[in-house]
Amino acid sequence: MDFLLSVIQDPNARWVIAGCFLLGISSGVLGCFAFLRKQSLMGDVIAHAALPGICLAFMLQGEKNTMLFMLGALGTGLLGTWCVHSIVRHSRIKSDTALGIVLSVFFGFGTVLLTGIAQTGAANQSGLDAFLFGKAASLVQADVSMMATTAGILLVLVLLLFKEFKLLCFDSNFGRGLGFPMGILDAMVMLMIVLTVVIGLQAVGVVLMSAMLIIPPLAARYWTEKLSRMVLISGIFGAISGVFGTIISGFVPKLSTGPVIVLAAAVLFLFSMLAAPRRGLIVRQVERMRVRRRVAEERASREAERARVPYGGAVSKGGDA
Amino acid sequence: MTTAITVKDVTIAYRKKPVVQEVSFTVPEGKLVGIMGPNGAGKSTLIKGILGLLPLVSGEVSIYGKPYKSQRKLIGYVPQRESVDWDFPTNALDVVLMGRYGHAGMFRRLRAYDKEFAYACLEKVGMADYAKRQISQLSGGQQQRVFLARALAQDAHVYFMDEPFTGVDAATEKAIVLLLEELKSQGKTVLVVHHDLQTVNEYFDWLLLMNIRKVAFGPTSEVFVPDNLQEAYGGKLLFQKSAAYNAQ
Amino acid sequence: MSHGLWIIITGSLVAASCGFVGCFLILRRMAMLGDAISHAVLPGIVIAFFLSNSTDNVFMLMGATVIGVLTAFFIQTLHTAGVQEDAAIGVVFTSLFAIGVVLVSLFASDIHLDVQHVLYGEIAYVPWDMATLAGVEMPRAVWMISGVFALSLLIVGLFYKELKLVSFDAQMAAAAGIPVVFIHYLLMALVSMNTVAAFESVGAILVVAMLVVPGAAAYLLTDRLGAMLGLSIVFGIVSACAGYIIAVYFDVSISGAMTTSAGLLFMLCFLFSPRYGVVSRVLEQRRLKKAT
Repeated sequence: MDFLLSVIQDPNARWVIAGCFLLGISSGVLGCFAFLRKQSLMGDVIAHAALPGICLAFMLQGEKNTMLFMLGALGTGLLGTWCVHSIVRHSRIKSDTALGIVLSVFFGFGTVLLTGIAQTGAANQSGLDAFLFGKAASLVQADVSMMATTAGILLVLVLLLFKEFKLLCFDSNFGRGLGFPMGILDAMVMLMIVLTVVIGLQAVGVVLMSAMLIIPPLAARYWTEKLSRMVLISGIFGAISGVFGTIISGFVPKLSTGPVIVLAAAVLFLFSMLAAPRRGLIVRQVERMRVRRRVAEERASREAERARVPYGGAVSKGGDA
Repeated sequence: MTTAITVKDVTIAYRKKPVVQEVSFTVPEGKLVGIMGPNGAGKSTLIKGILGLLPLVSGEVSIYGKPYKSQRKLIGYVPQRESVDWDFPTNALDVVLMGRYGHAGMFRRLRAYDKEFAYACLEKVGMADYAKRQISQLSGGQQQRVFLARALAQDAHVYFMDEPFTGVDAATEKAIVLLLEELKSQGKTVLVVHHDLQTVNEYFDWLLLMNIRKVAFGPTSEVFVPDNLQEAYGGKLLFQKSAAYNAQ
Repeated sequence: MSHGLWIIITGSLVAASCGFVGCFLILRRMAMLGDAISHAVLPGIVIAFFLSNSTDNVFMLMGATVIGVLTAFFIQTLHTAGVQEDAAIGVVFTSLFAIGVVLVSLFASDIHLDVQHVLYGEIAYVPWDMATLAGVEMPRAVWMISGVFALSLLIVGLFYKELKLVSFDAQMAAAAGIPVVFIHYLLMALVSMNTVAAFESVGAILVVAMLVVPGAAAYLLTDRLGAMLGLSIVFGIVSACAGYIIAVYFDVSISGAMTTSAGLLFMLCFLFSPRYGVVSRVLEQRRLKKAT
């Protein structure tokens, strides 16, 4: 308890928690659109593809510059999504294979750059390692301000274009028939997802960031049938995971924040999958048992009925024989 | 008679093979047109090409004399049911409301009028009671009707429907036919990709018979004859003869 | 034998074996499942290291393989429970990998793994860890991966017809009486074994690359399964060799360089494949337009 209080009072810790809160909301919200477009794994590709970008940015600057890192991540992240789409469009390679190719090759190239930088003995290179598995503790006010601005823009866009995004996810052909610029909207959502990934990289790391785009929306889906509510709940779940994961990992200095945040989200998911009121597994199982019992009862009463009226004729009342 | 749709020399290819080849036809306003052909004849592809959902290798399309791109507000579209994931978190009314998005435009919210209009469209297809129902809980026929209601909500002049009769129950089929009649009486033009030879004569005034290329186009009585059917379907002589026989 | 040569051999064996098995993942559109397994075996490896003090590799291999198959099972279960496929994969493997990373971080001193090692392995250490079997002394990693490669070849050889049919048309295979589920989990077990054997030397990311990239490049060059399998082995070996040379020259991560080489090879095939490459397609489209 004392630790918790000291954490909240520590101004540094406040920035860290604020940052993880923002990352949680944005990944929860944007993750819904990726989820509904069946592009959850694209987030994984974007995150892994970001690594070479961050390294290249470092090679340009020579020291930790979060803004530049984010731009680098954005650049190669977008390049990665473009590669995936190109491969699928221009060859007979299917999308899952394309995802696997881009993910591993970009990341592999990123490790080449990473080790290359390590060889140059740049002592400040420790800033880069944090991006592998996340080091929320390295967040400073400047970082969080940038995260807040970006998250703010993303959320406003989602609000303004909610019905357009809904159309994009549900029936994009129809939308195009209506005359909406589906291609542009598609690119926009992709860009917004990349930005979301970039926001969260410092806290969760490239390897696990995709989990934050997948798990909160999946958990939220169990609680509602309305898209607007799903997006809201997902954002909240993401925020909770971010905050709690960071605080818990703060207790153990050896732990990176990324995996703990992901595990917090996973716990929320398990809980949702089991216990959600209408779609949860426990409720469904109970319902199934109830239906089974009712069917059995009905059958039993029908059997009893038949026993009283042996030849299926009219039921004799009283003592007519 | 005003021309509603003009299709000129449209060719659409998938990889190296042409799927629709040099198809041309002109649809006058107010006609109910069926599009028929064997599997793989390019019927669905043709519709998607006309609506700009697939690129044309060659040819052009105009709606009321202008290129279709500038006439979006006049066009209504009912895609195939499989084109959509029915597990999406939304209800029937919401889907129909999507038909109003075109009128609302980007960035704008829908107004109360849009909601009322959508509701009225649901009533027209007999689905008003299901307005708040999650779409995954609807039967195939109900889903089709929701799609139709959405197209109605677009308040268009020219409608394109892709296999609306496929996999629906008898009641829904009747409902769709009544709807088509009503649209026709309002002077709207409707193109319907169809698959059932038995009902062609009953449902459609005009017919486009195709198998990658156009076989014939015109009033059903003229087009739906054994020679044309033979050319389009090739081989199923017996079946064709009796269907065309009933047509006479 | 020089250290460099052992490293090349290890890398080539990993690439060949993974590329070979990966072809089936590609054909069955399960590339991301391969990605999932290669991440999810991490907690299994850590636990095995913990329990066996990394002296008994066979048990580690078996234990982690079980985890790999279990992963496929969890994903299938979630999918059956209504979760869409890509999300099911995403949830399971990220959670398991997160658990693995936590375990590694907490017990790093007890096991000889660290977090970086997990990602891109440490193939340079391979020649230092020799083991003697039947009078022959080779690096332990080479023993493992050779064994797994041989086993993979054997199993694919035995079940070639079944694997082919199941990859192409699972429903028809089931109707024909082929035990589709068994074949599926057999493939998952092969993937897991390859992942585990490769993990220590090349890490999680390279494994994914080797499972997917050589096979994909081969897929663009041929229409015959046999040729695709053979080509994927060749491409794997080429990537490994080229990667090693690049890594030594620029003094960078060996596994990263091998991955990058594989990627470049893929790009070449993507652009210039006579039948399926972009260049030939563009030429074909132009020919078609001229004819119309």
